[in-house]
Amino acid sequence: MTRKLSYREAMREAMHEALTNDSRVFLMGEDVGRYGGTYAFSKGFLEEFGPERIRDTPLSELGFVGAGIGASLGGLRPIVEVMTVNFSLLALDQIVNSAALLRHMSGGQFSVPLVIRMCTGAGRQLAAQHSHSLEGWYAHIPGIKVLAPATIEDARGMLAPALADPDPVVIFEHCGLFNTEGELPDKWDVDISSAKVRREGKHVAFVTYGGSLPKALAAAETLAADGIEAEVLDLRVLRPLDTVAIAAAVAKCHRVVVVDENWKSGGLAAEVVARIMEHAFYELDAPVARVCAEEVPIPYAKHMEDAALPQPGKIVAAVKEMLG
Amino acid sequence: MIEFKLPSLGADMDDGTLLEWKVGVGDTVTKGQVIAVVDTAKAAVDVECWTPGTVHELVAEVGQKMPVGTVMAILSESGEKVGACGTAAVSPAAPTARRMISPAARKHAEKRGIDLDAVVGSGPNGAVTLDDVENAAAQPAPVTAPKPAATPDKSAEMRKAIAAAMARSKREIPHYYVAEEISLAKALAWLQAENLRRPMAERLLPAAVLLKAVAVALAHYPELNGFFRDGSFAPAAKINLGVAISLRQGGLIAPALLDAGARNVTQIMQGLMNLVKRTRAGSLKSSEMSEATITVTNLGDQGSQLVFGVIYPPQVALVGFGRVAERPWGDAEGGLKALPVVTATLAADHRVSDGHRGALFLRELAELLQHPEELEGLEK
Repeated sequence: MTRKLSYREAMREAMHEALTNDSRVFLMGEDVGRYGGTYAFSKGFLEEFGPERIRDTPLSELGFVGAGIGASLGGLRPIVEVMTVNFSLLALDQIVNSAALLRHMSGGQFSVPLVIRMCTGAGRQLAAQHSHSLEGWYAHIPGIKVLAPATIEDARGMLAPALADPDPVVIFEHCGLFNTEGELPDKWDVDISSAKVRREGKHVAFVTYGGSLPKALAAAETLAADGIEAEVLDLRVLRPLDTVAIAAAVAKCHRVVVVDENWKSGGLAAEVVARIMEHAFYELDAPVARVCAEEVPIPYAKHMEDAALPQPGKIVAAVKEMLG
Repeated sequence: MIEFKLPSLGADMDDGTLLEWKVGVGDTVTKGQVIAVVDTAKAAVDVECWTPGTVHELVAEVGQKMPVGTVMAILSESGEKVGACGTAAVSPAAPTARRMISPAARKHAEKRGIDLDAVVGSGPNGAVTLDDVENAAAQPAPVTAPKPAATPDKSAEMRKAIAAAMARSKREIPHYYVAEEISLAKALAWLQAENLRRPMAERLLPAAVLLKAVAVALAHYPELNGFFRDGSFAPAAKINLGVAISLRQGGLIAPALLDAGARNVTQIMQGLMNLVKRTRAGSLKSSEMSEATITVTNLGDQGSQLVFGVIYPPQVALVGFGRVAERPWGDAEGGLKALPVVTATLAADHRVSDGHRGALFLRELAELLQHPEELEGLEK
C-alpha cells in the first residue's frame, strides 16, 4: 500500500513521530512555535507538545545552535531548525568548531547527537541572501554527516536514523521540493549512508541530489524520447559520499554529468569528479561534464534566476555535446 | 612561456623522430639556432629555434616519434620569471596532435586486442569511444599488415613521402607548362673567362648562373613565388630557391637556397655547394627544409633535353633546366651556328597564374642570361 503526501507533510510527519516516540527529542528554531514553522513544517506542534519541546528562538543562529549542542551533550536529542543555509553561516563556528570536533577533542568522551535542519537552494525568487547552496561547504567537514533528502520517502525516513546517529547530522532540505507530492509506501527503505539509483539507464549517468534531482529526471525523460537512456543517481548523502555507487554508475554508463546547484569552483560536483578520476578513470568514455549554478549571486528576477540555475534543457544539451 | 612545436619541414612530412637535443634546460637560445636533430622520412634535419628564449623544459624524448605540431620543448621568454612549479601560465588544454581516445576505449581495446590505430573515432572532435572499439571488434579481423621492420627502410620511407607529396600535387594543382630554348653562349663564355681568373675553390658552375637568373626574373613575377594555402595564394617576401638535389642512395630533396634574390652569383655558388654537401651528409636545417618558395630542378650533364616538373605543394611553380647541349641556332643575320643551348621550362599553378605570364617569365629569364656580367652585379 502507498499513500500520497507532500514533501512538507512527510517531513512534518517524521518530526511528529520523533517527538511522540522519544521524550528526549525537542524542536528549536526561529518561528517554529507560534508561527508553525517558516515553511509550516511544525504547524500545530506548539499546541500538541507544549513550549518546553517546541521552542521559538531569537534571531541568533550562533546562540541557539550552540544551545542545541549543549542540550545534546546533556543527553537530549534536539532538532535545531535554521531558516536557510545562508543564515547558518552565523552558526558555522558552533557547527564546525564545536559540534564536529567534540568527539575528537574529548578523546571520545563526548558525543553530539544533534540534528540540524536547514533549507537550501534557489528557484523561488528569494534573491541572493536566501537562495544559495552551500551544503558543499558542510560536506567538507569531517565529524558531521550531511544529508540531502530529495524524495518523499527520504523526507519521511531520514530523520529517524539521523536522530539515532551519535554524531551531528545536518539535513539540507531544498526549498523547491516542499510542495512536491509523491507516493509513500507503508514501509520504506531509507538509510543515511548510501546513494540510490532513481532511474535506470545505460548511456549516461546523472549524479545529482536535492533540488536538482527532479531536473535530472526530467532531462532523462526528454532524452529517452531520443533513445538515450540516462541513469539518475541520487547521492542523498553528501558526507560521507557513496563512492562505490558513483564508481558503479560510471562503470555502467561510461559517461557522467554531475548536476547540482553549487557553483563549480570548489563545489561538491568538483569532489564527485575528482572521485571519478581516482576510482573510475578507466571506465570513462568521455570527459565528465558538470551542470551547476552560474558563478554569480543567485539573481532575483525570474528569468535571470532560471538562467543561473541548472535546468533540464542545460542537462540535455550537456549530454548531446558529450555524445557528439 | 613559448611552446616549441615540431615544425612541418615540407608538405610531405607528417611526423618526425627526435634524434638528439642540441640544447639543455637553462640554455639561452637565439633565433635560428639549431636546437634539435629530427629524423624525417627524407633526412635528419637540424631544427632551428624561431624565437629567442631560455629552455625551460625539454618535453620530447630522444627516440620519440611525434606528429607535426607536437610540443617538443617549453621556452621562457627573456625576462620571464618561471615559478618553482614550472607553470607560469596555464593555457587551457591547448589542442595537441595526440589522438583522443577515451580511457574506457583504451581499456576495452587492450582487453580485446584491438589495434586502436585502426579504429576511426566518432566522438566529439573525432575521439575514439567505447562504441567505436566495440564496432571495430565486431568487424571481421582484418588481414594484419606486416609490422614495420625494426630498422625502418629509409629509402622506402622516402619513396612514400615523395609519393604523398607528388600525388597531392597532381591531385590539387592544375599545372600548366611552357618552355623556352635559351642560348647559353654568352653565359658560358663569361663563365669561362671568370673561372680563368679565379682560384679553383671559387670557380662557378653554370647552375649558379641559372639560379641567379631565375631569382632576378622572379622579382617581377611574384605570382610564381609563394604558397597556395587554404584556398588562396600568398606571395613570399623573399626568394628562397628550392634546389632539387638527388641523393646517391636514391630519392631527392629540394632544400632551399635562402634569400637567393639577395645573393650574387658567387654567393649563390657558395650556398649551393654548401647545400649539396650538407644534404648528402644529412644535416639540413629546418628552415631550409620548409621555406623554399619555388623549386628549380636542373638536370645537368646527365639529363635529358627538357623536364616538365611536378610542383611541390604548397609552392606554385617549378622551373626546369634540361641538359646544356650544342644545337643549331639561327642568328639575326640568317646564319646558322652550333651553340650551347638549354631548354628552360616552367610548370606553374593555374589557380595562381596564367600561361601568358609564365611565358613572359621565361622570356625574361632568357634575356637575363644574355647579359651574364650584369647578373653578377645584380644583388636584387
